[in-house]
Amino acid sequence: MIGELGHAALILTLMLALMGATVPHWAIARGDARWMAQGRALAVAQFLLVVTAFAALTEAFIVSDFSLRVVAANSHTLKPLLYKITGVWGNHEGSLLLWVLILTLFSALVAVFGANLPTRLRTRVLAVQSALVVGFLLFILLTSNPFERLAVAPLEGNGLNPLLQDIGLALHPPMLYLGYVGLSIAFSFAVAALIDGDVTPAWARWVRPWTLLAWLFLTGGIALGAGWAYYELGWGGWWFWDPVENASFMPWLAATALLHSAIVMEKRDALKSWTVLLALVAFAFSLLGTFLVRSGVLTSVHAFATDPERGLFILAFLALVIGGSLILYGMRAEALAPGGLFQTVSREGALVLNNILLASYVGAVLLGTLYPLILEAVNGDQISVGPPFFNFATTLLMMPLLVALMAGPLLSWKRAKLGRALAVLAPFVVTALLIAGLLFWARAGGAVMTLVGLALGFGLLAAVIGETRPAQGRWLKALARRRRAQWGMTLAHGGLAVLVLGITISEAWTTEVLTTLSEGEGVAVGPYRFELVEIAPKAGKNYSAVAAHIRVMEEGAVVADLWPEDRSYANPVTQTSEAGIAARAQSDLYAVIGEQVADGRWSVRLYNKPFVAGLWWGAALMVLGGLVSLSDRRLRVAAPARPKKPAAQPQGAVS
Amino acid sequence: MTRFVPAVAFVAMVALFAVMMLSDRNPKEINSVLIGRTVPDFALPTLDGGTAGDAVLKARGKPVLVNFFASWCVPCRAEHQTLMDLAARGDLVMVGIAYKDRPGDTRAFLDELGNPFEVVLRDETGDVAIEFGVSGAPETFLIDRDGTIRYRHWGPMVGDTIAQRLAPELEALGLP
Repeated sequence: MIGELGHAALILTLMLALMGATVPHWAIARGDARWMAQGRALAVAQFLLVVTAFAALTEAFIVSDFSLRVVAANSHTLKPLLYKITGVWGNHEGSLLLWVLILTLFSALVAVFGANLPTRLRTRVLAVQSALVVGFLLFILLTSNPFERLAVAPLEGNGLNPLLQDIGLALHPPMLYLGYVGLSIAFSFAVAALIDGDVTPAWARWVRPWTLLAWLFLTGGIALGAGWAYYELGWGGWWFWDPVENASFMPWLAATALLHSAIVMEKRDALKSWTVLLALVAFAFSLLGTFLVRSGVLTSVHAFATDPERGLFILAFLALVIGGSLILYGMRAEALAPGGLFQTVSREGALVLNNILLASYVGAVLLGTLYPLILEAVNGDQISVGPPFFNFATTLLMMPLLVALMAGPLLSWKRAKLGRALAVLAPFVVTALLIAGLLFWARAGGAVMTLVGLALGFGLLAAVIGETRPAQGRWLKALARRRRAQWGMTLAHGGLAVLVLGITISEAWTTEVLTTLSEGEGVAVGPYRFELVEIAPKAGKNYSAVAAHIRVMEEGAVVADLWPEDRSYANPVTQTSEAGIAARAQSDLYAVIGEQVADGRWSVRLYNKPFVAGLWWGAALMVLGGLVSLSDRRLRVAAPARPKKPAAQPQGAVS
Repeated sequence: MTRFVPAVAFVAMVALFAVMMLSDRNPKEINSVLIGRTVPDFALPTLDGGTAGDAVLKARGKPVLVNFFASWCVPCRAEHQTLMDLAARGDLVMVGIAYKDRPGDTRAFLDELGNPFEVVLRDETGDVAIEFGVSGAPETFLIDRDGTIRYRHWGPMVGDTIAQRLAPELEALGLP
């Protein structure tokens, strides 16, 4: 019965969404305020109904109701409760339901907290959101119904891929979806503004907090995914330029560009059509990601069970939603006349440069992702575009971006003197370059790019700190006066610097040793000695494993004990490798145990990976920056503006 | 008209996806670069104690079908009847290469299911499989009378795949 309740709730949602997608436009045309107001109620009702459906599916997973096809295919009575619950979205049908749940959640948030929006805009936004809900619900109900019953319920379920039984991966999809789907709000705002042909600087101010919220989740979701790959896959890497990784990276880049261009639009009434286009494109990339994962058009470690019917449905939906919005953009963009002017050397100019570089970067990633497909369509050749291309594009485009980022926040609005910014930065950046050079020299050098990476990372970190220093007056006092939006910028940019350092250092100075060891034997890995103390079989709850104890020593003193495992799961039969990792600030010690080779020796992969922590700290700082910025009164939805203080603005203020 | 550039670019992308999805392709399947090339040189022990090399695949007067298989491989078991049928035609030289398999296990496998092969080579290390670009068992290669590789079949030869994919390749070599 619970399953049917969920199914009924989805059908009811579809009807409400159909109403929500059409009636408000008609109400606006007639100027009927009462019907326009219905949009809010409809949005909240859709959300509550989808919550009901989602709860019904979750209940089925918790009680292992194997009469539901999805539960039988993806769950198992022996699974721990936590993974029964996370199993709800660990499959195609459930993850789509999660997608719709988040979509309606964001609609409801706009309905409830969007009181400061003009009625007409809010009504249109909610109507566009409803149209998206219609599309996704049709997809679910027609091709991927999670509440489909089996004629005969099996006694036991098919289990869940043990690779997916990991807390990082359990949280990764919902987090990423919050980001993907959160961008739908920016999309709906853009479509709403295009329908009315009315794009004002205030529009940018309304869109920005929603984009920031989505960006936060996207950042966290990508970081969780990278962390999962690093801890669970046992390859020692955290990013593989897999098509689906790229599919999550592209909306992130577009959203990052949008966050920056919206500032210019709000300040200067410029870049209007560009900002609107970015809002459309950011969500287009989200949908593209969904399509790539589910259509099987590209090979990827992330691919769900593929089904051409589903793939074609999403493609048609993608074509309708994104194609439609881009055509609407083409018809209306002419009317979005640029407003205020600014000089090339100015804060606005720096933000435009940021956008040009980010947009080129998105283009490069998109090209690299789709190029194999294009080539195969043209002449049947199969190639794969690997890390060399992406790393080259990243280096090429991120170097100027990071340099510009050092000076950008110091430039004043409208017209700036580059010399003044450089004078403020000089002592900081020179110190940073010295540190970078010294560190490079102390580690006995390496590739030139390593030195460049270090210089950029330390340079940006120093510039971020230097930017907080006032032109005159006490530094501490200026810090206390900084607004949260400025702190947000400082933290996020600082996070990027730490991330750059983490990537550079861990890529350049990782020591990897592939060898075989017998018990009691040791091998040197960089400054450390890894010793295989013991290797023994181990029985887990639903797996058996070969567990190794590897002791890491530095100059005779024990630094860490690592416990890598090679696990065999019975249901379904799967082999997974649990890396043994000691995460430390200066370096991660990482060990993977492989097969036993003929003579009783075990193959092992051992790493000393310096400053991998920088990746996670960097991402965490960026998320923190976003949170702090979001908590700024000025941005907080429905918060009354604080009266302006007559106090002098510190140099480099955001506004 | 530059305003419509994003829309046009997007339409092109959707068209690309549609073409690739509607075409009958398996993205996991990779074209072999060996098609059109001569069989690589190699030498392997045979199951009955001798040694054989690439000569058994070349200039035999008939086209040669080489099948990489293993006793531990379940899909190999599934396609075995196909191999038996192909051997019964008589117009193909059938060669088996036991991939990463112990000789005793290989023998038991062939004793149980029948031996379609004229000769079975033992590639216990998988080195020759690498020469052939084999990603896993089973994989099958069709070699013409001149020793040139004409066709590579990825995965088990079962169901429609024989009529749809192997049969045209055999016809191209003049076999009915």
